[in-house]
Amino acid sequence: MFIRSRNGLSHKHVGSLHAPDADMAIKNARDVYTRRSEGISIWVVESEAITASSPDENEPLFAPADDKVYRHPTFYDIPDEVGHM
Amino acid sequence: MTKEMNLEERFQAYVDEENKIEPKDWMPEKYRKTLIRQISQHAHSEVVGMLPEANWITRAPSLRRKAALLAKVQDEAGHGLYLYSAAETLGADRMDMVQDLLDGKAKYSSIFNYPTPTWADIGTIGWLVDGAAIANQVMLCRTSYGPYSRAMVRICKEESFHQRQGYEIVMTLAKGTAVQKKMAQDALNRWWWPALMMFGPTDDNSPNSAQSMKWKIKRKSNDELRQEFIDKTVPQAEYLGLSIPDKDLKWNEERGHYDFGEIDWAEFYEVIKGNGKCNKQRMEARQKAHAEGEWVREAANAYAAKQAARKAKEGSAA
Repeated sequence: MFIRSRNGLSHKHVGSLHAPDADMAIKNARDVYTRRSEGISIWVVESEAITASSPDENEPLFAPADDKVYRHPTFYDIPDEVGHM
Repeated sequence: MTKEMNLEERFQAYVDEENKIEPKDWMPEKYRKTLIRQISQHAHSEVVGMLPEANWITRAPSLRRKAALLAKVQDEAGHGLYLYSAAETLGADRMDMVQDLLDGKAKYSSIFNYPTPTWADIGTIGWLVDGAAIANQVMLCRTSYGPYSRAMVRICKEESFHQRQGYEIVMTLAKGTAVQKKMAQDALNRWWWPALMMFGPTDDNSPNSAQSMKWKIKRKSNDELRQEFIDKTVPQAEYLGLSIPDKDLKWNEERGHYDFGEIDWAEFYEVIKGNGKCNKQRMEARQKAHAEGEWVREAANAYAAKQAARKAKEGSAA
C-alpha cells in the first residue's frame, strides 16, 4: 500500500494487507491505513510484482558511490565572499 | 558452524550499533522465531482485545461514547492487521497464524480473559489496560526489527486516544453520583492487579527476556516497565479520588519510585493455562466470528474471480 498524504508529496509505502483483488485492496486500505485522514490517494501493488535488490549485493550495488565525494556540492571550495551558491 | 558464528557476531554488532534489521537481512533463526511468536501473539491480543469491549458497544450510555468505542474497537482490528503484516515479512503465513489462534495453540494477552460486567470496566480498560499496553508499545517503537517498529509507531499514535477516552469515562463516573463512583472503584479493584500482570513475570522468572534484550527486540525489562506504569498511574488515580487496591503501595523517597505489594502469580499462570473467567467464551466468540465470516471471504473471492474473467474477456475481444 502506498499513500499520498497530500498533493505535492510522493506516495509512500505504509504497509501491506490481504485482498482478493486490487479494487478490494483499495477499499481495505481505506479502512486500515486512512482512518484518520492520512491520505488523499492510494496505490496498491501486488507484493509479488515488486522486484527488490538483495542485501547481499549491497556492496557491489552501493559502494561505488561512497568514494565519489566530488558529486556533492561541499566538495568544492568557494570563498564566502562569493555568497550562497 | 564457524561461518554461522561469524554471522551471528556480525548481526549482534550491527544491532549493538542501533541499526534496524529489515526483512531480507540475514538474521539468526532464533531471532526470527522469537519475533514471529511475539508479533503474532501481539496481533492475536489486538484481535481478541476487541471482544470484551464489543460487549458494550450496543449499551454505551450516549452516542458520543458509542462512536468513540466503535472507533477504538475498529482501531484494535487495524492494529491486528498491521501486526499480522509485520509477522508475514518474517515468512510466517497469515492463515497459519489465524488458525493457531482459533485452534487454541497460540497465546494472546491474558488480560482479555477477564469479564466486563459494568460500563466502568470499559473506562478502566482504556485507562489501565491500554495504558499498560502503551508503556510496552512505546518501548517497542525502538525494537530492532524494522517492520515491527514501524507498526508500533502507527499503533502508539492511535492508542493515545484509547487511553484518554477511557480515563474520561472513569473521570465522569468518579465525579458522578455515589453509585457511579462506587462502580468506578469496583472496576479499578478488579483491573489493577491483572493490569500489572500484563508486563509478564518478574525479571528473575523471565528466562527469555535476556536474549530479547540483547537483540534489542525488547528495550526495557518487565519489572522496569511495570514500575514505570505504576509511577505514572498512581497520581492519575489520586486525581480521580479512587484508591488503588494495594495496602503496600507507598512512595519510596530513596528509590524515587512507588513500592508495591506482591502480585498473585498463581492467578497469572492459571489464566494463561486457560482457567480464567472468560478464556472459553473468548475462544468461542472468535471461532464463531471466523466461521460466520466464511461466506464473506468466499463471496469476495468469487467476485474477484468474476471481475478478472470479465476483464480477460474484454481484453481478448479488443
